[in-house]
Amino acid sequence: MSLLSRRHLMMAATGIVAAAAAPRLAFAQATTAAPTGPFTLPPLPYPVAALEPHIDAKTMEIHHGKHHQAYVSNLNSFAKDNPKLASMPVPEVLGNLGDVPEAIRTGVRNNLGGHANHTMFWEIMGPNGGKPAGEVLAAIDRDLGGMEKFQADFNAAGGRQFGSGWVFVTVSKDGKLAIETRPNQDNPMMDGKRALLGNDVWEHAYYLNYQNRRADYLKAWWNTVNWNKVGERYAAAKAGQLGV
Amino acid sequence: MTFTLPDLPYAYDALAPYMSKETLEYHHDKHHQAYVTNGNNLLKGTEFEGKPLEEVVKGSFGKNAPLFNNAAQHYNHIEFWKWMKPNGGGDKLPGRLEKKITEDLGGLEKFKTDFAAAGVGQFGSGWAWLSVSKDGKLEITKTPNGENPLVHGGTPLLGVDVWEHSYYIDYRNKRPDYLKAFVDHLINWDYVDELFSKV
Repeated sequence: MSLLSRRHLMMAATGIVAAAAAPRLAFAQATTAAPTGPFTLPPLPYPVAALEPHIDAKTMEIHHGKHHQAYVSNLNSFAKDNPKLASMPVPEVLGNLGDVPEAIRTGVRNNLGGHANHTMFWEIMGPNGGKPAGEVLAAIDRDLGGMEKFQADFNAAGGRQFGSGWVFVTVSKDGKLAIETRPNQDNPMMDGKRALLGNDVWEHAYYLNYQNRRADYLKAWWNTVNWNKVGERYAAAKAGQLGV
Repeated sequence: MTFTLPDLPYAYDALAPYMSKETLEYHHDKHHQAYVTNGNNLLKGTEFEGKPLEEVVKGSFGKNAPLFNNAAQHYNHIEFWKWMKPNGGGDKLPGRLEKKITEDLGGLEKFKTDFAAAGVGQFGSGWAWLSVSKDGKLEITKTPNGENPLVHGGTPLLGVDVWEHSYYIDYRNKRPDYLKAFVDHLINWDYVDELFSKV
């Protein structure tokens, strides 16, 4: 594995603002969990039960350990014959899917999209995530009509996404925010955009706890958002340094 | 004509252990009901009001996504309940149907494998199908979300729902296990044959 890909994977696993020693630790854990590489499942940055009662431990365990792991395993099988896949930064691959060999293009779209989406998802959740503040709160007020309207619009967009997919807040280079949905495991990087945060509305994200009640899940999910991390991601996006 | 939710053609616990009572309660009473309710709301004031369901499905495809999604899922689920039965599956197929499967799809065993593979290969929510194509051949296909062979000029003979709500309570992430159980223990081949005989 090249230095670039190691560095990139570490960034993906830990968030881009981590101190120098932390990525090494996370990388070692991920390697232990999935020794086949080069793609690795980033460890959850909190225990599986940490988001209860909003997201239950069983859901987290399966979502992270089975669904996300499946995307990682599939990527590793693609990477066997296409080592470039693992050495290029994720945004570059997803932003140029037309350059990926046709035989694996759909697989890369689905599985690298899934890997990127879930890596972001685990990172922007957490217990005791604080409150929106500072620059990101100002941007929410400016671009999304304030917290109350933002959350209502985000929940409505997540509810309207028919079938499996995601609802995102995208962030442009100049820090402008927008609510956007994508089907399946598509990611805004595929259109040259970046996700500040996003919520998974595949049924596997909520079915054990909420069954058909996606609206209840969308509402409860706000209790899990790690606003400190979202603030860091916003600053990183404006500096052109956002990971995945 | 408005959409109405049909009763299940068997008891809620009739398909256990392959499909649980709890799954059928949510799937029929909540998910299918929502397609009926939303579909009726979306029909109001459109050119499709009062039209037969198949016409709504075909006519709204590519033109009115919210109406299509709900109408198609209403159609798909009406049929889905009938495509299953207790003690279904098995290897005894009505003769004419079995002959056609052998001719067009390489035999029943190959059909089972390929049909399940189509379901596994449908990324995200959707369906896997056995249908009769425009030129009269049997084919196995997969479609996203509510889409079905009707909108491609085909006639569905059998479909399996691979939205996660169809199997997550019973199988979690193990979609291949659900599809194997569906093929081996749930398919109502008599109803498939009934549809085939009308084509």
